[in-house]
Amino acid sequence: MTDYTKYLTSQVTLGKMNRREFLGRTAAFGITLAAAGTMFDTAARAQEPKRGGNLKLGLEGAAATDSKDPAKALSQFMFVVGRNWGDMLVESEPLTGQPVPALAESWEPSADAATWTFTIRKGVKFHDGKELTVDDVIKTLQRHTDEKSESGALGVMKSIKEIKADGDKLVLVLSEGNADLPLLLTDYHLIIQPNGGLDDPNAMIGTGPYKVVNFEAGVRATFERNKDDWRQDRGYVDTVEMIAMNDATARIAALSSGQVHYINRVSPKTVDLLKRAPTVDILSTSGRGHYVFIMHCNTAPFDNNDLRMALKYAMDRETMLEKVLGGYGKVGNDFPINETYALFPEGIEQRAYDPDKAAFHYKKSGHSGSVLLRTSDVAFPGAVDAAVLYQESAKKAGIDIEVKREPGDGYWSNVWNVQPFSTSYWGGRPTQDQMYSTAYLSTADWNDTRFQREDFDKLLLEARSELDEAKRKEMYRTMAMMVRDEGGLILPMFNDFVNASSKSVKGYVHDIGNDMSNGYVATRVWLEA
Amino acid sequence: MSGGGPAHGPELTATAAAGDSPQSAGAAGSVASSGTPFVEARPSIWAKFAKSSPLAALITQRLALSVALLFAVSLMIFGGVEALPGDFATTYLGQSATPQAVENIRKELGLDQSATTRYFQWLGGALQGDFGTSWASRNSVSEQIGKRLGNSLFLAFFAAIISVPLAVGLGMLAVQYRNRLPDKIINVVSLAAISLPEFFVGYLLILFFAVQMGVATFPATVYESMTFGQRLSAIALPTATLVLVVLAHMMRMTRAAILNVMSSAYVETAELKGLSSLRIIAKHAAPNAVAPVINVIALNLAYLVVGVVVVEVVFVYPGMGQYMVDAVTVRDMPVVQACGLIFAAFYIFLNMFADILAIIANPRLRHPR
Repeated sequence: MTDYTKYLTSQVTLGKMNRREFLGRTAAFGITLAAAGTMFDTAARAQEPKRGGNLKLGLEGAAATDSKDPAKALSQFMFVVGRNWGDMLVESEPLTGQPVPALAESWEPSADAATWTFTIRKGVKFHDGKELTVDDVIKTLQRHTDEKSESGALGVMKSIKEIKADGDKLVLVLSEGNADLPLLLTDYHLIIQPNGGLDDPNAMIGTGPYKVVNFEAGVRATFERNKDDWRQDRGYVDTVEMIAMNDATARIAALSSGQVHYINRVSPKTVDLLKRAPTVDILSTSGRGHYVFIMHCNTAPFDNNDLRMALKYAMDRETMLEKVLGGYGKVGNDFPINETYALFPEGIEQRAYDPDKAAFHYKKSGHSGSVLLRTSDVAFPGAVDAAVLYQESAKKAGIDIEVKREPGDGYWSNVWNVQPFSTSYWGGRPTQDQMYSTAYLSTADWNDTRFQREDFDKLLLEARSELDEAKRKEMYRTMAMMVRDEGGLILPMFNDFVNASSKSVKGYVHDIGNDMSNGYVATRVWLEA
Repeated sequence: MSGGGPAHGPELTATAAAGDSPQSAGAAGSVASSGTPFVEARPSIWAKFAKSSPLAALITQRLALSVALLFAVSLMIFGGVEALPGDFATTYLGQSATPQAVENIRKELGLDQSATTRYFQWLGGALQGDFGTSWASRNSVSEQIGKRLGNSLFLAFFAAIISVPLAVGLGMLAVQYRNRLPDKIINVVSLAAISLPEFFVGYLLILFFAVQMGVATFPATVYESMTFGQRLSAIALPTATLVLVVLAHMMRMTRAAILNVMSSAYVETAELKGLSSLRIIAKHAAPNAVAPVINVIALNLAYLVVGVVVVEVVFVYPGMGQYMVDAVTVRDMPVVQACGLIFAAFYIFLNMFADILAIIANPRLRHPR
């Protein structure tokens, strides 16, 4: 917790975080407002939301191939589009990541956390006027789980064995206990659609704060306020216009000339220039996404833990954070969890750049010759630069890394999760359990470090159904140490989400859940004239 | 054609347009007109027809050839996309692919069938005018392309009606004042414009006219509910960029071709007759110089439709180029095929049109021995 506060304070010093954010974030971690206030030196002043206006967003990530079906939403653009027109059963609290009610009013687990009963909110209307029923919810979840499903949420939903109604309540039966089930339902694919979207998955009819007026894939999407919205604390503007802007310079030009109010994906290379514009606020949010260098633990030469340790110590994290992310991020500690997760195991010693230790482990491993690292800028922005920086820092430890630049096209299918040593990116997951289950469980499809340990798998399953938080936290600590000291993951840094808005945009919520205020940017902000 | 099959077309034009050489135009022209042996093998009815109306014969022959070319292009695009690593299912899902989801997509789209079967299925549909639905968005390809093509043509049209007369006029002006100050200014400015990469020209225009002066519309996104006037204002900056990019090539070709003719005997005669120099250029030299100029113009027009993806991205303009690149990225075959065929058809048509115009303009070509 102290580490995290230190980080927040440093962000303030660097001018990367404003007072409201700072207070909000520290408060979320149990620091009293008064204490935080002294840290920042002035108290926060609450602002009253204002209604009306036309909000324009210029976003990267749209393509002409985008599907309107939320099950197939993949791009950043479609992520925000979905948040505008639809609702999930559960949302995550922006600052703590805890599950909070959305279309599900409340929920109750069984003692073994394997059966969950959800009360569905009453009086909610879809955009077409129909009232939301438990049947719509069941059909939606079924559409994302049946064996013909092409849904991006298929992996998340795998553990759900049975979906049924109990009167007007929803009952989910899992194949094993999972204390985090509500958070799994926050997945952005799982928008509740009338009749589960079986009639027309592309209709874009939901219960969200905005109705879709016009949608042209890869070009533009417009929305108008849903006057019958079931919630009053969102959807402040009258109309939203989202414009696809895949060129970074175009986004910056559009924002600084006042043509749009908000842009995403501001490059760390240009952020300092943009900061000088008098009409622009830089919005930097710490998140769970991380840049990684991954080794296959079961493939020579990386099947030798000494070589893996040598490569971990050979990473100069501070320099990399400064050079590749311009300081907009936080150094990693070779396990995929940071302070933004609930039950984060604190106090694990930060691994630092240590050429001597690296050389020691390298000698012990008995490896000779160069180590081949494959990379591409598709892996994460600046991945090729990062690989070259790594090559330099490793050289000082006497380790010779050969950097091979791979074509970006097909990187995810041919290099990542295929080749034994490559660069990659992981977005965060709502819970520690999900992060580990997705990429560190022996049997996971995306176990991209080929980390296979029975004791780890066992611990993961035990922790999943453990409802005692203290015990659970201790389990996560053991797991983190296993990955950190024996895994194939080198995690130099967690990246901040860097976006920017014009000063007339107010009420931006820095959501740790995901980029662009967890996709809710258009539903949460308002415009000040 | 290797991996970059479909994307290769636009690239080729870009170099052709940027390389300020008459040879590139000539080469492209001769490729399109190499259909003579095919005609000679025909019986005498064709020979008679060819003799009585050579122009009609030429057009018929060219049309037949272009069908064959389009067929070949479709085969190459298909082969090219097949040769790219990964198929639609894996590339569309990217990092979030799970074996089951990949399997489900493959099954639904029939990607588990052999490549030959899939090609002939597609061809069968295309021959009946059905280009299928986009695999990614599940929308009808023809409907989507209709919009995008309309946008591309709209932009290309305005860029063309500004740049072509301007280029030809400036070319003539340069000849009139050759090796004097106006000629040098025209040359230096147009060469400078062509030497800057198009995205850079675009950024400069955005910086000055949209960000600093705030007089131009940016982004240049056009959509259905826009009025004609709004559309015009939206495309002002991209049009200016395109004009600057294609101007020099056409202008210098005009200048070179006219200068070439100016050194011939009949121009000297005209000069000796005491005609004004402008009249000599416009009336005597220009018609004889028109053939190579038309070829360059045709190539540049094709470029304006096919090769402007960079300008589209910079100005956020929803045209065909971006559409095709998006489709290639995820291997969306029906869209790639349709875009590729349209691009190829444009090339073939514009080249044919240029050749016909050249023949009409030149009596010696009109009545071959």
